[in-house]
Amino acid sequence: MSTTDLGMPAVRGGARDGSRDTGLPTHSVAGQGNLRGTTSFPRAAHEKLADTQLRRNLGKATGIIRGKRAGVVAELDDWEELRLAGSALKADVMARLPELLEQLEENVTARGGHVHWARDAAEANAVVAELVRATGSDEVVKVKSMATQETGLNEALAEQGITAWETDLAELIVQLGHDAPSHILVPAIHRNRSEIREIFLREMPGVDPALSDDPRELAMAARAHLRRKFLTAKVAVSGANFAVADTGTLCVVESEGNGRMCLTLPGTLITLMGVEKLVPTFSDLEVFLQLLPRSSTGERMNPYTSTWTGVTPGDGPQEFHLVLLDNGRSAVLADEDGRAALHCIRCSACLNVCPVYERVGGHAYGSVYPGPIGAVLSPMLTGISGPDDPNASLPYASSLCGACFDACPVRIDIPNLLVQQRAASVESHPRPTAQDLALRAAALVMSSPGRFAAAEKGLALGRLLAGREGRISSLPWPLSHWTDSRDVPAPPAETARQWWARTGGHDEQDGERS
Amino acid sequence: MKIAVMATCLGDAMFPQAVKATVRLLHRLGHEVVFPEGQTCCGQMHVNTGYLREAVPLVRHHVEVFEPVADGGWDAVVAPSGSCTGCVRHQHAVVARRAGDEVLAERAEAVAARTYELSELLVDVLGVTDVGAHYPHRVTYHPTCHSLRMLRVADKPLRLLRAVRGLELVELPDAEVCCGFGGTFAVKNGETSTAMLADKMRNVLGTRAEVCTAGDSSCLMHIGGGLGRLRTGVRTVHLAEILASTEAGRTPAAAGTPGGVRDEPVEAQR
Amino acid sequence: MSGAREEVLARLRAARDAGAPRGGVPPVPRGYHRSGSLAPGSAQVLDLLVERVEDYRARVLRAGSDDEVAGAVARCLDEAGSRRVVVPADLAPGWRPRTGEREVVEEHPGSPLAVAELDDLDAVVTGSTVAIALTGTIVLAGGGPGQGRRALTLVPDHHVCVVRAADVVETVPEALARLDPSVPLTFVSGPSATSDIELDRVEGVHGPRRLDVVVLR
Ligand code: SF4
Repeated sequence: MSTTDLGMPAVRGGARDGSRDTGLPTHSVAGQGNLRGTTSFPRAAHEKLADTQLRRNLGKATGIIRGKRAGVVAELDDWEELRLAGSALKADVMARLPELLEQLEENVTARGGHVHWARDAAEANAVVAELVRATGSDEVVKVKSMATQETGLNEALAEQGITAWETDLAELIVQLGHDAPSHILVPAIHRNRSEIREIFLREMPGVDPALSDDPRELAMAARAHLRRKFLTAKVAVSGANFAVADTGTLCVVESEGNGRMCLTLPGTLITLMGVEKLVPTFSDLEVFLQLLPRSSTGERMNPYTSTWTGVTPGDGPQEFHLVLLDNGRSAVLADEDGRAALHCIRCSACLNVCPVYERVGGHAYGSVYPGPIGAVLSPMLTGISGPDDPNASLPYASSLCGACFDACPVRIDIPNLLVQQRAASVESHPRPTAQDLALRAAALVMSSPGRFAAAEKGLALGRLLAGREGRISSLPWPLSHWTDSRDVPAPPAETARQWWARTGGHDEQDGERS
Repeated sequence: MKIAVMATCLGDAMFPQAVKATVRLLHRLGHEVVFPEGQTCCGQMHVNTGYLREAVPLVRHHVEVFEPVADGGWDAVVAPSGSCTGCVRHQHAVVARRAGDEVLAERAEAVAARTYELSELLVDVLGVTDVGAHYPHRVTYHPTCHSLRMLRVADKPLRLLRAVRGLELVELPDAEVCCGFGGTFAVKNGETSTAMLADKMRNVLGTRAEVCTAGDSSCLMHIGGGLGRLRTGVRTVHLAEILASTEAGRTPAAAGTPGGVRDEPVEAQR
Repeated sequence: MSGAREEVLARLRAARDAGAPRGGVPPVPRGYHRSGSLAPGSAQVLDLLVERVEDYRARVLRAGSDDEVAGAVARCLDEAGSRRVVVPADLAPGWRPRTGEREVVEEHPGSPLAVAELDDLDAVVTGSTVAIALTGTIVLAGGGPGQGRRALTLVPDHHVCVVRAADVVETVPEALARLDPSVPLTFVSGPSATSDIELDRVEGVHGPRRLDVVVLR
């Protein structure tokens, strides 16, 4: 495969030429699924920052989960070793992904399951819709799944006259609220109890009008609402947390039991899974089943984890379909540094510790994958089409504080990936932007001491701007974004370099002033 | 020891007091200090804004200027900045490699191996925590993200501060949360940056400290810019300035930037 | 769909090579604990299990003999007011709740109950395959001795689960080493719960809202 001078492997844009088949790593197809919003991050953030309720809900929820996570992580004296193992296992998976997928396929098939492949979101949705139609059912129950959110499966099924019932409590809140998920683990994290109560009262048929906003009561209302569905549904759609190549075992990690209901009671189970969700062997789950619950809900173990291998006569669905989704993952895999983004086990720890996410929430990112990992994964999956692509702004939605790396159970160096994606964003510019010109000029100045010293002389101007107060409170755009909220000190009368030239570093006492 | 000061572009042009304090402190501890005159900028702003290609000449220039430390000409390079040290240590070689320049990458690694942030130099290399400073003020310390998570300086700055006579150290709540600076983030996402700053300021003000200190002039410019805009009266002072202060020396209150205000008469301008 | 299969695999093969790490992939470091410091079935490991299961707000009773199991099971059922109880046909005879006040239904692998019938029952009593003390987790193997199929432990609202001391290990790796991946497995840690409302944990959603565990020494 060819490599450009930037060290980036050649990757195809998602089927813009209409042909799906070139055998080259390919981005997700523009216009399909939910990987790209419509506004740039700073514009979306502008709105969200002013939403008092959102700020309060997110601050409270992320604060709780951060505390819980820190507590259960501190309990394990081998946490770092688990992280190292998790990271290395995923690196190994990426290096052998095609082989491991074939092994998975072989094992699932041998156990009576059927394996399907999907190049992109539309194809995955079509495969699932066709499988549902073949059962004669016009509805499915769904376990929370990021992959189906990514492809926009519910909408695609609705177009085919098939109703999808979300059964995870948070997904149900989002679905009933005609809303979009804002978190990868708790999609309704942006809603508080009283908002949820209102949604239930408005949208849930037959709900008790005396429903209070006590979380227990709300959970019971969801139980009553979905119970009949669970007991009668013929088809379930799920995602997967892990798929084991050497045994063909699938694994779903959950809390409420809605997962068990979907995975056990209907006659047909369809699982849609990104190709990266593999682990090599069954015993490797010993690492991830420790990393995931502690990082995600901050529990030693989540209430329920289910594993199944193909079809088991007399127990659970007798028809099982596994749909393996590319949708841009091949493009991510083709990037040596970037492929680490595929190690993500969707625990959401990086979202919960991110000071940016905490203040703007998930919707500001546009994609179903928000927060630090979303800010890199979304543009990597879609590619960046130019400076006006909303996803071009995502890698900049971070102060690079690094809290995400420390929290990540598989040690994804998200700050490094953010910088790499910023570079991809810059390199997507067909012609130089104002920022490009400014930074290129700065690079020219700063790589020469003579030019740099000359430029520093210009700072004297700043002292005039600052006036008697010694502070600058207003600068022209784009620096107005700084002075909107922060003063800038007047530049010093003498730079460090000038001071050294004058004193040789030895008259500190007098050199301070003037 | 013969120690070269890496002033950083921001320290050189905007916050020379931190650079001067570093020099004064090292002199006081009996070391020889050099100021490589060719130095400009480590390129961090370019790297972190995504201009990796444009950063290559900056990296090359930095390596050329500071290479004596790799050849034994100097014993160490010190920067009064966690983030610039972090850039040198963790990004220079990456930038060079990405551009296919393996030779430059290896030279950069050799320079980086002997480049230290101030608290690292003092505690790890020079082996001192009590630098003989005197600073009779109520101070709170903000661990900047890059010193905390890129360099892992851990509690070294706090150990240094605890040994300063007269200094009353108050713990900053949620200290490890980013202040919202983030380089060009502060401009490109100015509103989110401000929202983060608001919480940092709330925590600083809650400590009733007179002074907020840190190891990075950049973050202090941001925090101080906010504290100054609101006329809180709280000063931001670089760690180096506190450690350089002595009873005999200049009045400590004059050290530092009172909330984004240059503390010297404009008439002093030549 | 074979076109999609070949295309996706071709893309991934190209990507695997294009993005191959220059230094190769290092071997997986296994520095984490692959076994615990407490012996399986030891008094300490049982104490830890009890503490961790109770932490999920599940009820734990201890029994010293099969007879005591039956008594403990009966207590759990009585306290919950569970009158109609289902058990897998191969549940150890000594663990069965005594009939009398109660109706006990057996499920045989050859003649499963309809879902609606299961829904009419108050409780289920089963055995278990492995328990993990460190995380307070009990693992049910579909079709394993006294465990029945998955639906059996899912639909009734009250689950009474018997754990034998010999099946209790300290760590997750020790448990996985004892499990057969070819049968459906359910890892149960407390009653069903949700944290979806303000990330506050609430016990009891779709799965059994009440979990009682009887630990048999
Ligand atoms: S990137 Fe890491 S921390 Fe973030 S969701 Fe994925 S696995 Fe969790």
